Amino acid sequence: MSLTEQDVARIARLARIDLPADRRAGAQAELNDLLHLIERLQAVDTAGVEPMAHPLSAHQEVALRLREDAVTETGGIERRDALTTNAPAMAEGLFLVPKVVE
Amino acid sequence: MPLHTEFEDIASLRAALAARKISARELAESALAAVHASELNAFLHVDPALTLAEADRADQSLRDGSAGPLTGIPIAHKDAFVTRGWRSTAGSRMLADYTSPFDATVVERLAQVGAVSLGKLNCDEFAMGSGNENSAFGAVRNPWDLRAVPGGSSGGSAAAVAAGLAMATTGTDTGGSVRQPAALCGVSGIKPTYGTVSRFGIIAFGSSLDQAGPLARSSRDLLELLDPMSGFDERDATSLDACDGAPNASGRIRADFDRAQAAYDQYGSLPLKGIRIGVPDEFFGPGIAEDVAQAVEAALAVYESLGAERVRVSLPHTELAIPAYYVIAPAEASTNLSRYDGVRYGHRTAQYKDLAEMTAKSRAEGFGAEVQRRILIGTYVLSHGYYDAYYLQAQRVRRLIADDFRQALSQCDFIMGPVTPTVAKDIGEHRDDPKADWLADVFTLGVSLAGLPAMSIPCGFGQGANASRPVGLHIIGRYFDEGRLLATADRFQSATDWHRRTPASAETQGKSQ
Amino acid sequence: MSWEIVIGLETHVQLSTESKIFSGSSTRFGAAPNTQANVVDMALPGSLPVLNRGAVERAIRFGLAVGATIAPRSIFARKNYFYPDLPKNYQISQFEIPVVQGGSLTFFLGEEERTVALTRAHLEEDAGKSLHDEYFLPDGAPASGIDLNRTGTPLLEIVTEPDMRSAAEAVAYARKLHSLVMWLGICDGNMQEGSFRVDANVSVRPKGQAEYGTRAEVKNVNSFRFLERAIQYEVRRQIELIEDGGTVVQETRLYDADRDETRSMRSKEDAHDYRYFPDPDLPPLVISQAWIDEVRAGMPELPEAQRARFESQYGLTAYDAAQLSGDRAVSAYFEQVAAALPEGQAKPAANWVMGEVSAALNRDELSIAQAPVSAAVLARLIARIADGTISTKMAREVFGSLWLREHGGNVDAAIAAKGCGQINDSGAIGAMVDEVLAANPTVVEEYRAGKQKAFNSLVGQIMKAARGKANPTQVNDLLRERLDS
Repeated sequence: MSLTEQDVARIARLARIDLPADRRAGAQAELNDLLHLIERLQAVDTAGVEPMAHPLSAHQEVALRLREDAVTETGGIERRDALTTNAPAMAEGLFLVPKVVE
Repeated sequence: MPLHTEFEDIASLRAALAARKISARELAESALAAVHASELNAFLHVDPALTLAEADRADQSLRDGSAGPLTGIPIAHKDAFVTRGWRSTAGSRMLADYTSPFDATVVERLAQVGAVSLGKLNCDEFAMGSGNENSAFGAVRNPWDLRAVPGGSSGGSAAAVAAGLAMATTGTDTGGSVRQPAALCGVSGIKPTYGTVSRFGIIAFGSSLDQAGPLARSSRDLLELLDPMSGFDERDATSLDACDGAPNASGRIRADFDRAQAAYDQYGSLPLKGIRIGVPDEFFGPGIAEDVAQAVEAALAVYESLGAERVRVSLPHTELAIPAYYVIAPAEASTNLSRYDGVRYGHRTAQYKDLAEMTAKSRAEGFGAEVQRRILIGTYVLSHGYYDAYYLQAQRVRRLIADDFRQALSQCDFIMGPVTPTVAKDIGEHRDDPKADWLADVFTLGVSLAGLPAMSIPCGFGQGANASRPVGLHIIGRYFDEGRLLATADRFQSATDWHRRTPASAETQGKSQ
Repeated sequence: MSWEIVIGLETHVQLSTESKIFSGSSTRFGAAPNTQANVVDMALPGSLPVLNRGAVERAIRFGLAVGATIAPRSIFARKNYFYPDLPKNYQISQFEIPVVQGGSLTFFLGEEERTVALTRAHLEEDAGKSLHDEYFLPDGAPASGIDLNRTGTPLLEIVTEPDMRSAAEAVAYARKLHSLVMWLGICDGNMQEGSFRVDANVSVRPKGQAEYGTRAEVKNVNSFRFLERAIQYEVRRQIELIEDGGTVVQETRLYDADRDETRSMRSKEDAHDYRYFPDPDLPPLVISQAWIDEVRAGMPELPEAQRARFESQYGLTAYDAAQLSGDRAVSAYFEQVAAALPEGQAKPAANWVMGEVSAALNRDELSIAQAPVSAAVLARLIARIADGTISTKMAREVFGSLWLREHGGNVDAAIAAKGCGQINDSGAIGAMVDEVLAANPTVVEEYRAGKQKAFNSLVGQIMKAARGKANPTQVNDLLRERLDS
């Protein structure tokens, strides 16, 4: 399975990574090279094998642990200030981004 | 050389601190001076005021009797852990100016037992890489041979221990990123069973693979850090509250270690009598460099001399760990890194015409080449039409690999082999072939996929031109068997002195060039 | 061409937990921007989600109420798309294996009972809010402001099969669902605050055709009235489009209430490749039978069961029973009234609750919890009608004064103050009857000749003489007695 330049452009768009046209071919070559390595998976017979999303599920049943429904955060303006010190642009407590047209 | 290097291990340094023969402040000052003078580029963020404040608090608690097991011991954290005092960049331009409002659980726990932090350590960007050459802040040099990579992604963590800059460090291991740099830098490192150490505060790369682990000069010193680091954390839903019945809490690993040591003591000069070491056929194929194979073989012979029995095992799907890992890890990473969009933190590009462009350019500018490659691969393997053939297939192969290990570990107590096929390569070598790094991970990846605990300890050096480059021995244990793993490695380190060698002379060589 | 309308609804119900679904932040509405968003909600590096038990419990309650299957094991998945109000740029949702599967909802459309099948209901996190007022970036470019307070509020997304065939039916379903989730105590139902949001999937097909037509999704509808109008507009639009030779495009459209039309949203390229995969930060959610049983035991009587009980226990009609079992607080009020009255007074109690009480609540914009006339007081008033102290007509006036909190809830004092105690003394009434009979000999003769209307006319005159206060039953009895003797 080889990626075309259009595939690469589409993937870059999905991933929101700017990939200028002049770099597309290079990215395509690199990705195809890496994909070739991954291709080997296709040949493996995995009939009847369950996918393993949690690394310990081969060893034990892993179930999601739940927390009690309780407010544990104080919130408030001061806390907001502490959490938003790295924001590139804010006003009136809101994160600012280029205007979104719906 | 900093003062702490005069002490063989953490236990003796702790004793000296307790006896007031040395102060935390003195230790911190001398370590900071060494860090300042070092040309290894192992450290990214150093703030002497912060460190000395911690050292002073340590001294205070030593005076008033409230000292903990690591009080005053100088350590450092990989920059993949968020810290409140120092910046946290994960080795990336995307987070070059990022300061976290909270500490990672690992950082908190080590601080709670009194460890003093010297700062943040360089690493491959977002933990993606095996040579620390993917850092946005420059490569790290291997203290043993300044032309060589230290390994990665926890290259700074390994180099700092090898060069004696810190007594011990923390790293993260997703596909080998603690074990491999430990091997290439001739230090000890361990990746515990998945779920035993909290991931809260680790800048996420591969969620089902990431585990924090310490690096240090010896197995005993690894225990000193791993035990307080480990334990259930309610802030991490993948954190386990029990390990095969035993509560996942500080003390568990030490108790297992002590129990194993007591059992070994019974056998006198053949402490490992009855222990079976599985050596997989697949770990000694044609791709292994001769010098690595010899060093590992020699190590296995030492184990046999200690009474262990060597058995042949097979891990038939070993090679498939590469494609499986390089589907799963990038897939998880591609979504874990989606949050870096320049909106709430992180790099925001200067010029853009709309939101989509702002995000796309910020990410293109903030992420390095390897990170971009992995995000693109990860996006592709999850995309419509490919999910089944790639992602699900990889997760099925993952189960086959885990089953291989389960089968093999039912025939032996530990699996051993090389960590890497070769010693450290040169900085700059193979940079045009991204695949080369991926292929070299073949021995470490399977363990991560299966969530098993594993260590790397130094067992020799390369030969010829590589004579100064270390070789590591990979030791893989059963789920939750960290204690016994460390005890077994300790026996090897009692019978050998690879772990006591230092590259002090190598550093001097570098300077004079 | 005869067209059939096909509608499926997706409703996002904000669950009434104290804290968010994956973090310990408060879910309270109306806080200053970004003051209820913690490190997890802001997706800071190193943060991780931990699931709120309260959200799961409410999902279980819902599943049990609609007769669905509660999945013993369900999976959280990442739904990937970039949007500034979605800080991780993926939403934690459920995809292949949702927590609630199947089920159905029954409701009245006019007089007819309808049932809509549910496909599924799943848990997910809400996004934040984008504000598009006058904000500007440092370089002067126009900006949107992002508030993450709402990010992470637990949602239960309830999806129906495309079973509805008219806008009216869709609205009836939506109203029923709205009252059910409030009944169950899992959602406050406040549509102004966004607690209950309905999206409609609308398509048309020629009557008799088996395949569905292409559907469009209509969003941004925040009232039942708008839901109906939006669907109606969309149906008209699609039919016109097809009849003009065009084809319906599968897309998302926003409803514009000012213009009463739906408009296509600016298309997000590849917006539909969400790349769902199980979230590696969240192991599978396991729900034991024991937990389900525990939730079931703690559930309130469901509306259907209550409706049936009201019919059998109180002898109410199906319609009345349905009316009273629409709101838990109202049905509780009704039952308190009925309990305080002797046997056989359930019907008057029902009438009063559905009538006077309901009208007064609506007029004064009060909830039944705020009613100035308590169930106990209303029961006493109804009892005074039953024992003949006052007529129903009088009682309405007394009710009015009690509602205004005159007489501090003392029914008898209110009656006395109005001076409208009924005349029950047969002697006094008898005298009035005799007077009227004597004054209207022609009418009496008409009655004797067989004209029933004459009787009523005489009753009217007696009541007029008594200024409406004579006990009507006694008037009737005594008049008949006198006439027939």
